[in-house]
Amino acid sequence: MASPRIPGSRRRTDTRPATHEGGARPPDDPERPRATGADEATLRAFRLPPLAAVGALVALAAVSLLSATTGAAGLAFGDVLATLVDRLPLVDMDPTLSAGQEGILFQIRLPRLVLGMLVGGSLAMAGAAYQGVFRNPLADPYLLGVSAGAGFGAVLAFGFGLDLGRGPFDAVAAAAFLGALVAVAASATIARGAWHSPATLLLAGVAMAALFSAAQTYALGQLSETRTREVLSWLFGRLNTSGWREVGILGPYVLVCGAVLLLHRRHLDVLRVGDDEARSLGLNPGRSRLVVIVAASLLTAAAVSVSGLIAFVGLVVPHVVRLLVSHSYRVIVPLSALGGAAFLALVDTGARTLTAPAELPVGVITAFVGAPFFALVLWRGARRVAA
Amino acid sequence: MTTAAASPAGAAAPAVPEALTCRDVRVTFRETEALRGVDLHLAAGEWLGLIGPNGAGKSTLLRAITGLIDHHGTVALACGRRPSGVDVALVPQIPILPEGMTVAEYALLGRSPHLGWLAVESRRDRCIVASVLERLGLQSFAARPVSHLSGGETQRVVLARALVQQAPILLLDEPTSALDLGHRDAVLELIDELRRSDGISVIAAMHDLGTAARFADRLALIDRGRIVAEGAPRSVLAPARLSAIYATPLSVHTVDGEIVVLPAPRSRQENLP
Repeated sequence: MASPRIPGSRRRTDTRPATHEGGARPPDDPERPRATGADEATLRAFRLPPLAAVGALVALAAVSLLSATTGAAGLAFGDVLATLVDRLPLVDMDPTLSAGQEGILFQIRLPRLVLGMLVGGSLAMAGAAYQGVFRNPLADPYLLGVSAGAGFGAVLAFGFGLDLGRGPFDAVAAAAFLGALVAVAASATIARGAWHSPATLLLAGVAMAALFSAAQTYALGQLSETRTREVLSWLFGRLNTSGWREVGILGPYVLVCGAVLLLHRRHLDVLRVGDDEARSLGLNPGRSRLVVIVAASLLTAAAVSVSGLIAFVGLVVPHVVRLLVSHSYRVIVPLSALGGAAFLALVDTGARTLTAPAELPVGVITAFVGAPFFALVLWRGARRVAA
Repeated sequence: MTTAAASPAGAAAPAVPEALTCRDVRVTFRETEALRGVDLHLAAGEWLGLIGPNGAGKSTLLRAITGLIDHHGTVALACGRRPSGVDVALVPQIPILPEGMTVAEYALLGRSPHLGWLAVESRRDRCIVASVLERLGLQSFAARPVSHLSGGETQRVVLARALVQQAPILLLDEPTSALDLGHRDAVLELIDELRRSDGISVIAAMHDLGTAARFADRLALIDRGRIVAEGAPRSVLAPARLSAIYATPLSVHTVDGEIVVLPAPRSRQENLP
């Protein structure tokens, strides 16, 4: 190593041109960010693997088209595409769908597709965030009792006969939302601000989940048979839509909480080296953890309130991203959002067509599809590590 | 060998600007006092070696300086400010190496103190990482996972993260306890080289007294939360004092101009008081 030097040193005086054999480079010159071949290799190591990002987007687009064209009312691929392109500003195409078909597309298919994407992306992103915050690969929205709390809230609402869904806001959704927030708040209170200790919060969450599950089961037993069936169908997870209403409920949460999570993905990487080192790196681990948990829990609660309990997405999708692409949360969080959106949209397409005219609970299919796929990816990943 | 005289480094101190000052630093864990009033001065560009038996408070002092634990008393930079991650970079004794994180990503964490709450690293931050990795001969490791490195490589990677912090003070907690003799010296030489070329100040807690004496300008001997001797290595490493503090008979020798601390030969042990 010639002319030893640390970047940023104020002692640097020479302005020799960059050479490959020496370190004589102004590495932190903001005017001229340049890099030798070695630097390029390092810089490449940071980039969100472009192939994976493009792949996720292509998958999302393909799933969207598949979902929009599949269903009881057969809408032709080309017609759908033409109609959608026609709706773009400054583009004029001859829409070939009839008014009725267009109604199906815009009032039934697309809302449901968008809702599936929002729910899937939310759950996957929240799962990734929980895994980062708790430094625990098994963490997912079911932790902290979020789902159990939401379930209990929904069952109570059904029990009080509030499932009529009149007005702009669904009482069941609101109750589920409240239940989820109560569960998270209770977990946090039990942990008594021990945000610095992931294990405490995790255990508090497990306790809350058990409590709310028990309460939910008890309350379910008190309901009439018809109502029980309705509640169960909600608990299994479903993406029923009435126009764009559900999307309107969930959308703002996805925008706000998603942005918060995306802005904190750097923190999740720093948290991985442990709270002590994170603090020495200028991070306040407790504060980061609090913000991320609140955002992820809000996101989960909002998703659960419109779609019921859809298992597995929050656990599996981040893991698949981790095994296939990168272990860095800078990559995991955004790719999980895309992957989760594509995954749930695909699964929901199956849920509403496989046994048509009946509909399968989407939560059941996520588990059916997700578990074997997850096992396969794990198995391949394990073999790659072993090799 | 005499006991510590007035330290030469202390006499020269007024000429050199202070980098860091600790005054009456006290740390209490529940009932036990880990640090009981530590006064310490670090000159700019100086290598201060912290020595002392296990549990004496070396790591605690480093953690107090970094602000990782609550303490009484003052820790201040020359400007009077409390040091933050921009000012001091801590190389932990047992770094946590996240599974699957690459060397480049790990080193990039060192930019964290320079970034705001919601800021994301820019190209400039990544360029700094790239040049530090190149500087430490790690550029070919950039995409390797940190959890799959050898001991010497790991140590260099952790050092890289600390250097990426661009802090003028480097705190090393037993930086070489996991390394063999050759790697140990290579890492320490590297740190020394960086110190000389960049004017970094170093506080290094070290177990091996001879190595500490070889690299440090000044040694501070800590025992039960107090600094009991401070000054030039040769004056601090007095056999009688060391024997008392380490509770085992030790002798100090000079071999090829370097200080070597050895346990007293077993046959002579019963002759000591």
